[in-house]
Amino acid sequence: MSRYTRLFDRLARERRGALVPFAVLGYPTPARSLAWIEALLPHADALELGLPFSDPIADGPVIQTASHEALAAGARIDSGLATVSRLRAEHPELPIGLLVYANLVYQPGPERFYRQVEAAGADSVLIPDVPAEEAGPYVAAARQAGLAAVLIAPPNAPEATLALIAKLGSGYTYVVSRSGVTGTERGAGRPQARLFETLRALGAPPGLVGFGISSPADVRAALAQGADGVIVGSSLIEKSRDPARLESHLHALAQATLRTVD
Amino acid sequence: MTIPTAPAPHPGRFGRWGGRYVPEILVPALDELDRAFRDARADPAFQAELAGLLRNFAGRPTPLTRCRNFLAGSGLEIYLKREDLLHGGAHKTNQVLAQMLLARRMGKTRVIAETGAGQHGVAVALAGALFRIPVRIYMGATDCARQAPNVFRMKLFGAEVISVTAGSATLKDAMNEALRDWAASYGDTHYLVGTVAGPHPFPTLVGEFQRIIGDEARVQFLEQTGGALPDRVVACIGGGSNALGIFRAFLEDPDVALVGVEAGGAGLASGRHGATISGGRPGILHGAETLILTDGEGQILESHSISAGLDYPGVGPEHVHLHETGRVHYELATDDEALSAFRQLARDEGIIPALESAHALAYCQRLARTRPAPARLLVNLSGRGDKDLAHVQAGLEENPP
Repeated sequence: MSRYTRLFDRLARERRGALVPFAVLGYPTPARSLAWIEALLPHADALELGLPFSDPIADGPVIQTASHEALAAGARIDSGLATVSRLRAEHPELPIGLLVYANLVYQPGPERFYRQVEAAGADSVLIPDVPAEEAGPYVAAARQAGLAAVLIAPPNAPEATLALIAKLGSGYTYVVSRSGVTGTERGAGRPQARLFETLRALGAPPGLVGFGISSPADVRAALAQGADGVIVGSSLIEKSRDPARLESHLHALAQATLRTVD
Repeated sequence: MTIPTAPAPHPGRFGRWGGRYVPEILVPALDELDRAFRDARADPAFQAELAGLLRNFAGRPTPLTRCRNFLAGSGLEIYLKREDLLHGGAHKTNQVLAQMLLARRMGKTRVIAETGAGQHGVAVALAGALFRIPVRIYMGATDCARQAPNVFRMKLFGAEVISVTAGSATLKDAMNEALRDWAASYGDTHYLVGTVAGPHPFPTLVGEFQRIIGDEARVQFLEQTGGALPDRVVACIGGGSNALGIFRAFLEDPDVALVGVEAGGAGLASGRHGATISGGRPGILHGAETLILTDGEGQILESHSISAGLDYPGVGPEHVHLHETGRVHYELATDDEALSAFRQLARDEGIIPALESAHALAYCQRLARTRPAPARLLVNLSGRGDKDLAHVQAGLEENPP
């Protein structure tokens, strides 16, 4: 049984949704990255960590800037995976997902890349610029290495694509609640209950909603529509210079993951 | 008896190259475009409207000009396909008009595009004015500075120009930003990609609508030479649309050598170039598996070229396939060689080429120095150099030849 499965089982018993902070590995610098991620942990049910990339086309300005700052400060794949290893050693039960753009997987080759990721202790890999139709070789390499392959389900995907996502995906399904890229500029959108119903009927892994989640109301709305949790990224980075504000923001988001008895 | 057949190749692949490496949210938009493209291709009304626009608005056919003085006495006869005379100043207008018709066909009410040298942006902006469709152009801040006249042209046509400051602030960053826009706007917006790069169907679609360059040139060449085909066809390569446009009409002519000329920048050894076929490696960039400039970890490297239109760390996937099969031979020309050819053509023929096209001319100059056997070369003069005047003038004042 995987860490994700155990997490979702436990959250179901506790009648809660998952709060999954996203952080850029190596942000703000490789040396300070671990401290930044640890600040997010008190309220984290799992982590989604991005390896910084020069051309992150699925990300809005906040995560782009954080990625470029990390690279300029010397972030590399090795230093990012070393941070994952440290987190794994200290938090043996915490599910850790990796978000990585395709060319970073392509250069070493998927087999070698996934072996390194598995050795570092991560549980899953998500490639935002590899859609389901191109995902076959990557999913196979992930399974070979014992990693879950997370796929993205957007609101406009036809049912055939959702079926492929359900078949290929594992760990969790990254449900995008609205069009566009990551960031708080355009709000969170309202995920459609239908999308969750379809994914569930197709046997897809539990759905976590990302893109634009920045308030407790966003969290409650996502859970009410059928999400199993939320991923929050840009709104955390926006508060990175104010630890007290970050802590109260995370606390409020975590409170909103409690499902009200209905 | 059954005849064994090879499995049908994936429509978006050229050999192993190409594909659709984009966020899942853009896949339905690419499907929609692919359907519209295939429907339109089979629709005589679409073809007739496009042909009318190309003839009566854009100025096709463009002439084929035999050089009187350029490389005279070298044994090389140079014929220029004059895309510099196309409305808008470069070959870009050909396929922009076609995609504008596709956008209208799909019911899109807004068009976005990336641009490097600004020639594609100008073509989209003028077509937007013609079709009364609002246009937003993403252009790297570095390119806005070195191609200022084209920024002004786009604005005159009523387009909104967004100066992109992220990354290297050139074409790749403009394309990133256009893709981000499209991920939010695909419902009412067409992303009018300007070259044979990007995700399927763009490489196929743009190549097909640029093929008119080669089809015309082939007929004109046969006419002017009394029935001969060129010995070589030469074109510059950034993303590769003008090259593919002229090459496609000669792919089945085994005696016609095809030569693509990449941006050598400060030289391959310097690492400051835009020569992805000569100096790149396999990777994934902007939706396609192709040759790219990347470091060993996968970070995209900044390209370099004096010409903004060739300053791109990727190349259309069909070119990589043509390179692998050996059908097209890929060379490069440095910044200095391109500048020298730029000045030489102006002096010899009264024609100012775009710095991009000057790379193809520089290859001809280099060939001429090898005392070649007499040969006829067809060169795609893909654009005119008016946009480059201020930039070249500043360069010449700084470093007089």
